[in-house]
Amino acid sequence: MALFPFWKGKQTRKESPGPDNRVDRGILVFENTGEVIQAETLLKKGGWEIRVMGPPPEVRQGCDLVIEFPLIEELQILRILEAAKLPPLKTVPVTGPLLEPVNIFQVKDFGRYLMVRAANMKLTVDRENGTIVNVSGGGCPDVPYLAASMVGQKLADAPNPRDIGHTLCGYALQLAFEEVKRLCSA
Amino acid sequence: MLCIMGTVPSDAFPLTEGTAVMDGERLQIGSVTIDVNRGTPALVAAAAVAADTLGRPGPFVCLAGDTGTGKGSRRLYQHMTAALPGNSFRTIVFHYLQPIVHWHNRLEGILEAMSPRPTLIADAGFMYVAKMSGRASIFDLFTPDVGELAFLADEEAPHPFYTRGFILHEENRVPDLIARAYRHGNAARHLLVKGARDYLADEKGILETVDSHAEEAMEAMGGTGDTLTGLVSVLIDSGMSIRYAAPAAMRTNRLAGRLARPTPATQIGELIRHIPQALRHVLEASPENHRAKDTA
Repeated sequence: MALFPFWKGKQTRKESPGPDNRVDRGILVFENTGEVIQAETLLKKGGWEIRVMGPPPEVRQGCDLVIEFPLIEELQILRILEAAKLPPLKTVPVTGPLLEPVNIFQVKDFGRYLMVRAANMKLTVDRENGTIVNVSGGGCPDVPYLAASMVGQKLADAPNPRDIGHTLCGYALQLAFEEVKRLCSA
Repeated sequence: MLCIMGTVPSDAFPLTEGTAVMDGERLQIGSVTIDVNRGTPALVAAAAVAADTLGRPGPFVCLAGDTGTGKGSRRLYQHMTAALPGNSFRTIVFHYLQPIVHWHNRLEGILEAMSPRPTLIADAGFMYVAKMSGRASIFDLFTPDVGELAFLADEEAPHPFYTRGFILHEENRVPDLIARAYRHGNAARHLLVKGARDYLADEKGILETVDSHAEEAMEAMGGTGDTLTGLVSVLIDSGMSIRYAAPAAMRTNRLAGRLARPTPATQIGELIRHIPQALRHVLEASPENHRAKDTA
């Protein structure tokens, strides 16, 4: 009895790969999240089909992101990263589902002020003059640094958290920042 | 004595330890002064002000500069791993540190060997790594906000950035999230959940809720959770039980927020300025809190 579902499953995968089948994908593992963010920017600018994802448990160290990429393109992608002095620590084939970054925004309207939350990070802007007035939430050490760099700046002038941040909290703040900008320009 | 371990947002800030006191609007540790903003400086400032109000010495702090690269955090982990065995802190707070599993695990071994065992409080990055490591239950208190509670409740998420949507959507069901965090072993002995309504809970359920002096703008202010963690740490270190220290800290933080008359643009220094008045008011209104000892 136990053999039949196994055999059937193998047949199904060979004949019709499902949307979750990622045998053609690999992940790039970096020293830290800051390098992941730089590599993502570089590869996306080059038009590569990549995604930033959570690492599988076997390569997880702490505050991690990895880049999922088409395995077939491995050599060329590695060449680009090495030329940019961003060599990954290793490349690993994807063998199971990867964690999806949060993609839900919560918006709170205070009237004059608008707050957007992405994961654990919140960014608040003064709608009357487009100034970032507060950053809250988060627990990684770049959060106070990012807050000090962004609070008091106009949305158009503020640094991108992805450019000066290094952690997942910084990445979440980038998402909140982009959403605030989108809402304020709508 | 209370020990606070965390980071300061500057790569140039050296590894620094000593007793922290407020000098006007700035923190002073020996000859080093630090701007008070969100993060560990806000926690330390609230703790220093509260300790002074109670007539107690300022907190002992171990700080390193870190802007997110993790270098300062690693230095601090390494230092504490060497320094903790020779110390007898009554309460230790772990705060804004880069979540690094192997350093957490090394530190955990040392903490478990300390005698007498200190009360262990974790917030921010160190709370993340404690949960990531599957060792949340060795801690006495976690102080998450509601979003971080959703992360603790999600047994799959290694960081709040990966909290699954169906759990994030349950934010209005704090008791369910608390129960789920305990069910999967991802909560400390007590949880102090910060939000529009503050909760104290343990594995049996909600012990106390506080919703007085609600100031909606405090959710947008950076550092209001840090000040609450600083307050509860000082009260616990003064000998108060977590069961009574947590509600007193919640009331104090909320009242200080009310006195600051905040807008979403208010900065945390405004709240810290009102902590002495708020703390005196709360303790005078509930003198039994100050005398209570931990029977939990």
